Amino acid sequence: MSAPMLDIRDLHLSFKGHTGLTEVLHGISLHIQPGERVALVGESGSGKSVTARIVLGLLQDLPSARITGQVLFDGRDLELMSSRARHALRGTAMSMIFQDPTSSLNPVFRIADQFHDVLRRADPSVAKAAAHDRAAAILAEVSIRDAQRVLNAYPFQLSGGMNQRVMIAMALANEPALLIADEPGTALDVTVQAQTLQLMRRLVEDHHTAVLFISHNLGVVREFADRLYVIYKGRMVEQGPTDAVFADPRHPYTRALMAAVPHLTGGGIPEIAEASPDFAAPLVDHEAEAPS
Amino acid sequence: MTAPILRLSDVSRTFGTGDGAVHAVRSVSFDVAAGECLAIVGESGSGKSTLANMILGIYPPTTGEIALEGTVLPARRALAHRQAIQLVQQNPLSSLNPKRSIGATLRLALDVHGIGAPADRAAIVGALLEEVGLAAEYARRAPAALSGGQRQRVAIARALACQSRVVVLDEPTSALDVLVQARVLRLLDALRAERGLTYIFITHDLSVVRNIADRIAVFEKGRMIEIGDTETIFSAPSQTYTRRLISAVPVITGDELALRDKLAAHTKEDAP
Ligand SMILES: Nc1ncnc2c1ncn2[C@@H]1O[C@H](COP(=O)(O)OP(=O)(O)O)[C@@H](O)[C@H]1O
Ligand SMILES: Nc1ncnc2c1ncn2[C@@H]1O[C@H](COP(=O)(O)OP(=O)(O)O)[C@@H](O)[C@H]1O
Ligand SMILES: [Mg+2]
Ligand SMILES: [Mg+2]
Repeated sequence: MSAPMLDIRDLHLSFKGHTGLTEVLHGISLHIQPGERVALVGESGSGKSVTARIVLGLLQDLPSARITGQVLFDGRDLELMSSRARHALRGTAMSMIFQDPTSSLNPVFRIADQFHDVLRRADPSVAKAAAHDRAAAILAEVSIRDAQRVLNAYPFQLSGGMNQRVMIAMALANEPALLIADEPGTALDVTVQAQTLQLMRRLVEDHHTAVLFISHNLGVVREFADRLYVIYKGRMVEQGPTDAVFADPRHPYTRALMAAVPHLTGGGIPEIAEASPDFAAPLVDHEAEAPS
Repeated sequence: MTAPILRLSDVSRTFGTGDGAVHAVRSVSFDVAAGECLAIVGESGSGKSTLANMILGIYPPTTGEIALEGTVLPARRALAHRQAIQLVQQNPLSSLNPKRSIGATLRLALDVHGIGAPADRAAIVGALLEEVGLAAEYARRAPAALSGGQRQRVAIARALACQSRVVVLDEPTSALDVLVQARVLRLLDALRAERGLTYIFITHDLSVVRNIADRIAVFEKGRMIEIGDTETIFSAPSQTYTRRLISAVPVITGDELALRDKLAAHTKEDAP
């Protein structure tokens, strides 16, 4: 097995507030191989976005955040890096796609100028014309045919689905080794969401990009990820290949989650018990138990 | 068949005039039977919320009529009409006064609509909370101290407090986690049966619709392109647009995938 692109080991996170320290990640571990698509699934407040923000190096500089454990990106320990070095990784070796494309693009700049900024992060000397050509090429990869119109537009002049494609193109413009997608497309219509997910999946496959895919939607996860982790209140409760976990969810929380999903084929709304103490049961690791 | 509780006749709504006019809802007609759950589905911008606002009397149709139990509703509604049709929206925080306790919010609804004897109203508030699955002590809390699911229960309790007969639910569970969503949907289902409520259930989530609606109206760009019972819409939708909507839903079981693939195959046959 090759070295992981991302390796999180026993990560703890607490926030300091007026009532003292509150721990929100209680020692989570997660790894992603190069080119692997891994999902992190859980309900709101379970710790998905803070995990992403630690990997991106965004929480390390927050005075109220206390982080312990290891985060290795391509073998390098993020905690041992300077905040400048972490900053240099963002938008180059690792990049991010957010939930709402229209509000994560800068409203006052044309798409072309935003692409130029993105490309300059990896190559400060890149000229405007070269950036323009590179942007047009990558927009074509996300099936945008009229790239010139899109590049000359401001985000508000484009549809939500178009902005989402632009975001995907920008996130992949510098050929990152790791892409973090936090609830991508949740704000879009399902038809548009389905199309953009397909595009994103094809693109990361072609570029062999590792992905940390954060979502609360099990259906989306099933369609996108090779492997998944289920997180509940800051603890990993189950991990394994997507097909294995869906075929045989073993942790009580994962089972409750799957039972609660309404089906397109009917069957009614299931009765869901209140949170059970079983939900705190230890991690079920499908790979640890499987013969390899 | 009994008279419909709600009847929309050729209802349209236009915003603005001239070239810039937006035809948000175009010539929509349908009946809703008492006790029925009618789902309104469609992509964003298809006119769902505009339709809801007209049913609620927030603004009148530009043309056409809405009748409640056979009486055409005027542009300016009487208190009794407003009482009969209530709204539960996606984010109840925006409709709950942050400075008012949950109990005071429910009490106000009882006072405004003169429900129950004043001396009994405190007890009615307690009973309403219990009916939506919240302990009586929630009456003292502020909206900010509640989770999303609990707030949605309060919004439902307020609709019940008004003794409304028609409840317009605009994406009521879209912001909730899946476990919470399932509990709130079950509560809504149970209340409809117990109280004989009529629901206009607006959502983009077809998996939810499949499990809660009796009938479905499909909207595209302000037009109602299809209406039928849930079973039929899912097994044999007449419109390509409806098939596209269903086949885009992310699913988790093999049966669901098979249904989606079947509809997607039809859609390809339709393509020119
Ligand atoms: N800057 C912060 N200060 C204090 N608490 C925070 C901060 N950011 C997140 N949290 C808390 O951390 C927990 C996990 O949040 P988050 O990762 O955003 O959840 P989600 O799984 O919904 O993405 C939540 O309880 C949240 O309130
Ligand atoms: N108050 C308004 N003024 C102008 N246009 C409006 C207004 N409300 C809605 N619209 C327009 O009407 C159309 C339908 O909107 P809406 O009913 O909100 O759709 P949905 O709820 O299905 O997303 C959209 O094009 C929207 O921009
Ligand atoms: Mg989040
Ligand atoms: Mg709406």
